[in-house]
Amino acid sequence: MQSSAFMSRKEIIGFVILAALIFVIFPAVLDNFRLNLFGKYLTYAFVAVGLALCWGAGGILSLGQGVFFGLGGYCMAMFLKLEASTPENTAIQSTPGIPDFMDWNQLTELPWWWEPFYSLPIALIAVVAVPVMFAFIIGVAMFTRRVGGVYFAIITQAFAAIMTILIIGQQGYTGGVNGITDLRTLLGWDIRTDEAKTVLYFVNGVLLFAVLLVAQYVRKSKLGRLLIAMRDQEDRVRFSGYNVANFKIFIFCLGAAFAGIGGAMFTLQVGFMSPTLVGIVPSIEMVIFCAVGGRLSILGAVYGALLVNWAKTSLSESFPELWLLGLGGLFIAVVMVFPNGLAGVWSEKIEPRLLEIMGKKKSVAPAPDGAPAE
Amino acid sequence: MSDQNSESENNHLSRRAVLAGGTALTASLFLPKNLRAADFPTAEVNTTGLAVTDDTVTIGILHSVTGTMAISETGSVQAEKLAIEQINAQGGILGRKIEYIQEDGASDWPTFAEKARKLLVNDKVASVMGCWTSASRKAVLPVFEQHNGFLYYPTFYEGLEESPNVIYTGQEATQQIIAGLDWVNQTKGAKSFYLLGSDYIWPRTSNKIARKHIENFMEGCEVVGEEYYPLGHTQFNSVINKIRLRKPDVIYAIVVGGSNVAFYKQLIAAGIDPAAEKPIVLTISVTEDEIRGIGGENIAGSYACMKYFQSLENENNLAFVKAFKEMWGDDIVIGDVTQAAYLGPWLWKAAVEKAGSFDVDKVREASPGIELTTAPEGYVKVHENHHLWSKTRVGRALADGQYEVVFETAELVEPDPFPEGYQ
Repeated sequence: MQSSAFMSRKEIIGFVILAALIFVIFPAVLDNFRLNLFGKYLTYAFVAVGLALCWGAGGILSLGQGVFFGLGGYCMAMFLKLEASTPENTAIQSTPGIPDFMDWNQLTELPWWWEPFYSLPIALIAVVAVPVMFAFIIGVAMFTRRVGGVYFAIITQAFAAIMTILIIGQQGYTGGVNGITDLRTLLGWDIRTDEAKTVLYFVNGVLLFAVLLVAQYVRKSKLGRLLIAMRDQEDRVRFSGYNVANFKIFIFCLGAAFAGIGGAMFTLQVGFMSPTLVGIVPSIEMVIFCAVGGRLSILGAVYGALLVNWAKTSLSESFPELWLLGLGGLFIAVVMVFPNGLAGVWSEKIEPRLLEIMGKKKSVAPAPDGAPAE
Repeated sequence: MSDQNSESENNHLSRRAVLAGGTALTASLFLPKNLRAADFPTAEVNTTGLAVTDDTVTIGILHSVTGTMAISETGSVQAEKLAIEQINAQGGILGRKIEYIQEDGASDWPTFAEKARKLLVNDKVASVMGCWTSASRKAVLPVFEQHNGFLYYPTFYEGLEESPNVIYTGQEATQQIIAGLDWVNQTKGAKSFYLLGSDYIWPRTSNKIARKHIENFMEGCEVVGEEYYPLGHTQFNSVINKIRLRKPDVIYAIVVGGSNVAFYKQLIAAGIDPAAEKPIVLTISVTEDEIRGIGGENIAGSYACMKYFQSLENENNLAFVKAFKEMWGDDIVIGDVTQAAYLGPWLWKAAVEKAGSFDVDKVREASPGIELTTAPEGYVKVHENHHLWSKTRVGRALADGQYEVVFETAELVEPDPFPEGYQ
């Protein structure tokens, strides 16, 4: 059932269809504004793919992915903000040359830990490194003590809350509730124009595929099979001589790295970063993207992020006062009726039917990764 | 619509006619009450492809109707819809009915940016009434500047901003703060102040201005404490103890949202009754809307300093309150921001008619100097810096949830978003 090849034929078809959607169909049928919106949705897909690995494969439910998304986004935003805060642009301030929110908060010089973010390479490394470091610390603290399941979920949620409070409280250094806003250029290239948004959309798409390929590689590797084994029977894996904690830490850090990249791309495309993307609510929303798409499938996670966000936008445009109820109803329906999300619906209902119609009477394997955990 | 409103509208028109020149005076007698669309061909009044047809013009309303800010922003939405309906009843703008597209910012700043872009790029709205928190305004600002939109922003706020694409219909911090501090100093003899607030940009900047004013411009006055609490904070016992220890003459409170409920209840529980005025409680963050949550009995006797109170007894306001209640129900209250939101469509109408065009560049050029004699707060005028000249008032909270106006500046206060000596 588990093919040893990197990708089965079915999976290759899935990747090709998604690539066609992202690189050909969306740009062809959507206008600039909608394409930019889909670009924003795709940044959430990074987080959802990470969650499909951590939660779907590894059974580690993190309700704090917003923290990593936010850290990545803030690292990018700090670089862009410093570039936008030239002494000429900020001549009106009491201390020209520092970001505007620092000036409002009576800071008179740039804090030392902002200094490295003058350099793009360092900022890009930080986009991945900072979330990973943070995830590593949480991972070591939790997994080596065998904290798991619901307890882990609650603790990650607490981290999300702490991070928001920290960012809001230290507004002189972080921009507070407003976040870091009014980002303009990347190395002199104006990121606010329509052309820039289109370019960023494609960069985003390419990065997402890179992330998907890494995720696919991990799932097909020995590590991926161990993760599933851990999810279903953690003790047996431990008794077989594996250090369960290390695998968990690794996959958690990988999810954090994905989320960080997504956050950085979000900042570039939306033009600012704020604590509303770090807290508990966005973190849980990200889990919902993954759940709707199907947590067992990395491609499903991408579709989940796209579909839920698209529904959110279009419902809120048509029914500005009722849309939250509609969206809530949608989630309940998905969870009650399709516990494995869209991917589950596809592999259990639609695909067998399709094969039947096409006259291929092959026996179709059930859900590829077996039953979900818990 | 009441008679008063249309009467003052006529005044308004003829006043401009007089300014226009000699023959205009007689012309104004024959001026049709409604400007006809036929006199303003669409091709001429709309050269930049905005959503203007021969008989309609579309604008955007962008507030949170869901999420934590919905409770605050609903009043603004209601006021804007009322103004639009009244303008349409008078024949619209340049003979065109206003239609609006409402979008929900959902108390979420990226959503505000997304919806602003949608309104400007997809819907090509001619102007937008919207935003409430500074965070949401900061989020949409680059969008408005990039796509050359025009935003009417209703909330009193911290200043330090002057965008060519925004008209700020609420007061900036110096307008709101300085008059109140001088008043409490001169009439109540207050010398020492304890500043406290929720921890974000508006209270911090406002307290910075208050501190500079108290220390540099008020003889013999001092700040004896300054503290901030996170948004949503509900434990004020420790600061109340400090206040009792330091015995300031004035507690200057800029606490927002749900924290207000806890703050005023705990003040009373600790034996500091605002009505006793020992110390005096002076706030710039509690409008009639907030009192509904706090409870009139908990805050009665506190003073608030802002530009509008529902209890103002001028004719404009009586008509406004009546129309508002007819449209949205009798049990509604109207706070400062709601009134400022109501000014938005009217100011835009006046600017468009002065410019004779819906083009954003022309409306922007026409905006400074626009005056509104029909404003519920009285008379306002748009300053070169896109803020409004307005009077500042002090109200004393009553147990029934309304304010009794006890002071009003004699003159309009000039908006000064980048105050020198206060940085």
